[in-house]
Amino acid sequence: MSQLREQLQAGKFVVTAEIGPPKGIDVAPCLHEAEQYLKGRVAAVNVTDIQTAVMRLGSMAVCHMLTDRGIEPVFQMVCRDRNRLALQSDLLSAAALGIENVLALTGDHVVMGDHRDAKPVYDLDSVGLLKAMSALEAGTDMGLDPKGQPNKLAGAPKFFKGCCTTPCSPTPEAQAIKLEKKVAAGAQFVQTQTVYDPAAFEKFMRQIEHVKIPVLVGIVVLKSAAMAKYMNRSVPGVQVPDPIIQRLADAPKEAREKVSVAIAAELIRRMKPMCQGVHLMTLGWDHCVPDIVQQAGMA
Amino acid sequence: MNATEPKPVEEIIQSLANAGSVFIVGCTGCPVGCDVGGPKWVDQMAAALTGAGKTVTGSGLVELLCNKALVGIKLGRMVEQVMAADAVLVGSCGVGVQAVGNMVARRAVPALNTICLGHYQGLWPGSERCAECGQCVLAHTGGLCPVTLCAKSLLNGQCGGTGYDGSCEVSRDHPCGWKLIYDRLKELGRLDDMRTLIDPSDYRKRAIPDSIRRTTHFALEVAPQEQSTPAKQAQ
Repeated sequence: MSQLREQLQAGKFVVTAEIGPPKGIDVAPCLHEAEQYLKGRVAAVNVTDIQTAVMRLGSMAVCHMLTDRGIEPVFQMVCRDRNRLALQSDLLSAAALGIENVLALTGDHVVMGDHRDAKPVYDLDSVGLLKAMSALEAGTDMGLDPKGQPNKLAGAPKFFKGCCTTPCSPTPEAQAIKLEKKVAAGAQFVQTQTVYDPAAFEKFMRQIEHVKIPVLVGIVVLKSAAMAKYMNRSVPGVQVPDPIIQRLADAPKEAREKVSVAIAAELIRRMKPMCQGVHLMTLGWDHCVPDIVQQAGMA
Repeated sequence: MNATEPKPVEEIIQSLANAGSVFIVGCTGCPVGCDVGGPKWVDQMAAALTGAGKTVTGSGLVELLCNKALVGIKLGRMVEQVMAADAVLVGSCGVGVQAVGNMVARRAVPALNTICLGHYQGLWPGSERCAECGQCVLAHTGGLCPVTLCAKSLLNGQCGGTGYDGSCEVSRDHPCGWKLIYDRLKELGRLDDMRTLIDPSDYRKRAIPDSIRRTTHFALEVAPQEQSTPAKQAQ
């Protein structure tokens, strides 16, 4: 059974982390980072699915390799690249490989990535993907047989179904409504887009009070003031407050990593009472996870 | 010029569940040729709605509802009847439904599914676009089409790509379609419409059914237009 599910059900404040597969087949570095810094420290590790539409090695393969190494994965699935046949087939494949946690995402548009000429699929949206997962768990797929009955599966998978939401979106109410729909479609946990404004997060959490599923607040570790400014400029639904940018800018180069860790840990401390866990996105700085977890008082 | 088919009456009644009073507007352009518009259709819909316990505040016919100027002039003369209604039931292609939604401060509800416009986006086209998906969802989206306005054609609400300036992640020049829908529904006091779970699109409905292909209207109007597209001419 999914450790992530168990820990959330037990009411434990959980930590998840995230790794991105490489562009190419050299998986050793990302697996090493996961074994060295994440194993035993986090409940589960998300594996991104062709993140920001930049073509790379698949999420399912890396999830399987993590499982082999005793690390529980969260298989991220975006709706951008596969139609409903391929999505359902990959869900069955993942289940057959022992992958239980799946995170349903819309997926960044292809024009954000490095194959801007590709066809965006979006045959299903994230709500439709969650519904498909629920159907597979019930032993049927999305198709109908000639009698109009759902096709039956030989062996049904079991998933712990996750979804995403954007608390600091310009339209949090619209995000909350979509989250309700995701939960109605079967979502069992939420990992949010990155949050740097605890007050805005608190407000959003009040808005989704009636949605009874565990929420893991997302935090992208800020590596520099330049990165924070870039995010404010270019990443929708993300706003880094000026005081945080100033702290990063004021830090001498050799102390910058320490400041990055401290900022993440402080954010966790402030938002911990509002939610059920934290999802750390370190973008390659996996070695910072142990320090963040410790400074946030969760080690 | 276009091929539309009526939505089942039950679906229309369900879309109007919270509307006690309805104004009916029919397009006497293309749908008439398809035998689904015109005065006869308006009378039939009025009878069906009255039978379902609705008050019909009035009805009107506009030749080419796709043209917002004509919609404004024609419905402007019936403004009291229109504004007395909770919703406007529109018998036209998706372009016309959106044109009504953009011109009238009332919810525009489609009575037809648009199957084929031959990519024709109305006479004197404005900002409204119809994807000819054959399963019109405009009843739930404040009369703004998520299939054509959202860069990902998402059916159940926005992704995380809405910018603080209301733009879509694909481009600063491209407004987020679901932000527009959200704003419109909020304005109309109908945010609950966004809670409707919309099933994934059925791509078979985008194909023109044989029952329409066999009609004289299709042979005379839709088929020649399909053949006259530049791609076809090149063949």
